Amino acid sequence: MKPARTLLFSILAATVVVASFTLAGAQGPGPIADPKSEKQAGFPADLYSWVIPPDNPQTPAKIALGKALFFDDRLSADGKISCDHCHAPAKGFTDQLPTSMGIRAQFGQRNAPTVLNALFNVTQFWDGRAPSLEAQVQGPVTNPVEMGMKSTDDAVAKVKAIPEYGKQFQDVFGHDVTFADIERAIAAYERTQLAFDSPFDKFIAGDPSAISDSAKRGWSIFNGKGRCMSCHAWNPTQPLFTDQKFHNIGVSAHNANFVPLARKALDTLSQSGGNAEEIDKLAIGTDMSGLGRFLVTKQPHDIGAFRTMSLRNLLVTQPYFHDGSQVTLWDTIDHYNKGGVQNPYLDGGIVPLGLSEAEEDDLVAFLASLTSPEYADAAKQEYDLQFKRSRTNRPQRDTAAANGDNGRGPGLAGPFGDIGPPQTDENPALLGGD
Amino acid sequence: MAARHKSVETKYMEDRDAALRGLRGLDRRTFLKVLAATTGAVMAKSLMPPHSFQLVEVANAAPDKTAGAAGMAGKPPFTFAYISDSHLYQRTLNQRFVRAVARAVDDVNALDPQPDFVLFGGDLAQLGRREELDLGMQLLAEVKAPVKMMVGEHDWFYDMGDAWQEMFGPPNYSFDWKGVHVVVLMSVHEKDFWTARKMTPAERMHTVAGLDNGIQSRFEVGDDERKWLAADLAKVPHTTPLLVFSHSPLYKYYRNWNFWTDDAEQVQAILKPYQHVTVIHGHTHQMLYNQIGNISFYGMLSTAWPWPYAPTGLPPLTIQMNRADPFDQFDGLGDGRINVRADGLADKIYSLWDRNPVTVKADYLVSHGKIARPPAPQFASY
Repeated sequence: MKPARTLLFSILAATVVVASFTLAGAQGPGPIADPKSEKQAGFPADLYSWVIPPDNPQTPAKIALGKALFFDDRLSADGKISCDHCHAPAKGFTDQLPTSMGIRAQFGQRNAPTVLNALFNVTQFWDGRAPSLEAQVQGPVTNPVEMGMKSTDDAVAKVKAIPEYGKQFQDVFGHDVTFADIERAIAAYERTQLAFDSPFDKFIAGDPSAISDSAKRGWSIFNGKGRCMSCHAWNPTQPLFTDQKFHNIGVSAHNANFVPLARKALDTLSQSGGNAEEIDKLAIGTDMSGLGRFLVTKQPHDIGAFRTMSLRNLLVTQPYFHDGSQVTLWDTIDHYNKGGVQNPYLDGGIVPLGLSEAEEDDLVAFLASLTSPEYADAAKQEYDLQFKRSRTNRPQRDTAAANGDNGRGPGLAGPFGDIGPPQTDENPALLGGD
Repeated sequence: MAARHKSVETKYMEDRDAALRGLRGLDRRTFLKVLAATTGAVMAKSLMPPHSFQLVEVANAAPDKTAGAAGMAGKPPFTFAYISDSHLYQRTLNQRFVRAVARAVDDVNALDPQPDFVLFGGDLAQLGRREELDLGMQLLAEVKAPVKMMVGEHDWFYDMGDAWQEMFGPPNYSFDWKGVHVVVLMSVHEKDFWTARKMTPAERMHTVAGLDNGIQSRFEVGDDERKWLAADLAKVPHTTPLLVFSHSPLYKYYRNWNFWTDDAEQVQAILKPYQHVTVIHGHTHQMLYNQIGNISFYGMLSTAWPWPYAPTGLPPLTIQMNRADPFDQFDGLGDGRINVRADGLADKIYSLWDRNPVTVKADYLVSHGKIARPPAPQFASY
């Protein structure tokens, strides 16, 4: 269950997310869907120049075409599901559902990842089964529980039948509609969605008043006792909050017996040939979804492993994890704090953290400081809802496990350090002097 | 929703919680009974055609030119797995190393087809205490395949092997398996450095557990055991492939860390007449392989921690693995499998956790690196 949204925000969302719009009508989804400026405090210009593929340069006409396609529900079999159905700009380019709802009200197995900063992802999807934004487009279009087109040819035929598109494709690509060009146009639009102007980015750029003291303490915990930085990697040239890798943190382990499931997956894939489309179907439509990256690599160490997601705009992209199983940021941090859920494939970096309540609050304050200005109001409301809920409702909290479960309190879990030392936000390099 | 599955690790942690939190701790018999009931239910074989979950490559390589007539026609090849160097402390101290062993047990239990046996490569305990060995025995009891035990110096030097031998029997023994003669050695004897210094058992153990001190002596198989080995091999024809398990490497790699067997040349001389000899050793906690004459050496991974490569003496055939990620407890660790081929040579698979597995083919070693070179890692080592 997700928390009830306030009336104001519901109205806002309803007016902003337009279910269907025609090119000529151009009612459009409003300014929140416009290409973002590159003049953002933390914009990584060098990295940006690297990630635009040479065979698909950004042009205004291509971006406009891609945007039209992104909001066009005619790309789906029943004409009701567009890209923004699950990647709504007003909801941080997600749908704020645990797992996404596609054609004929079918629910998939995965939580919709955001388009914001997706251009910097080395691979796309939770399990990295697509190597680029272009390659990602085909998955949802032809997946039977998402947009439900029989084939990419059907999608091309449908787009061809719309006169305005024919002309636009001629102008942009110099020939008739092909699926590869549909992919290029949508990817070009998605590459305009940047999020690097949060209060945190301004803080890093030199404004100490941009974030609260609580958020500063959270940033220190993020780098230290919380060990978050190890996977949600941030540095000035790659300010993405992801290591681009895949980790098993025990999310699927609640209800999956991995070994028989993995055998079943290998069996299914060996019979079907295991092409991209087959993997997509297993990932979205079956219980094998919980195997994560394993479906792509077939390597045991990737069982139950999912991509490290960016942390920006978390307060408008709830709920959390690949299956949307966590409602609040506190629940999510509780999951890490107790050392994930034990399973034979748990990543070796996932250990009990011994974070106190105050430290968790600071960490959430830091995460809240990663919100882009256009979402500030919505994020504030979500923060208030989550905060209120976290005072009484904490299903994932396990203080004993978080403290090293030896009954001796935090920081005392034996000489080999299952738990970090008490956190200070002083620079450790300056401690222990005269 | 499927019934909640519990791994060996989960069950261990629950049992440990019960013990530590002063609840009614299960005694060992009840614990195992509960386990048997749950594992029986969840491990029931699926009705699918059995193909290996770990994608075992069927070793059907043609015998290489150096092999000669191996005299192994019609003998079935077989696979065994290993778990090694778990360095367990008593259970109240930490859970880190326990988690790792449990993971290894889950790992070898997931193999399909199951290995013929699982070798434990030594250093079950960290400080040779009975409660450490008990904990290890309890964890290894969950392995579905038969377990063969080998002793390491950490198991031995607190009470000079009393507890270990009481639990697991003699430290050196041999058996025949599908046409291969298997020898398990106790290769971590040391010359007496403790009596003259009036050391307590604990001091002796701590000295041996130290890596880089001048006090302890070097590991050796020793005179008595070399005599035993020669006598054991006297009745084995030279065409029979030999599989030798040893905790120390049986060659001289790096003296300061005791990655070393002082009488290695004498042991190798005993093995020299045999056409195919594969030595599988523990102790070094890293990907390590070597070829000396007719003998292929292969180091096992640890479940506890990876050692860096030593500053000198690394065998030139070894392709170093990357430095382990210090954030990731399991990186650079794992377990492994060995496929013994019809010609008596052995292909080895390093089942690294959190990394792709690496296969080291016998052909690579016996050809001294001319063919079947394993892939080089992407990044620098240490």
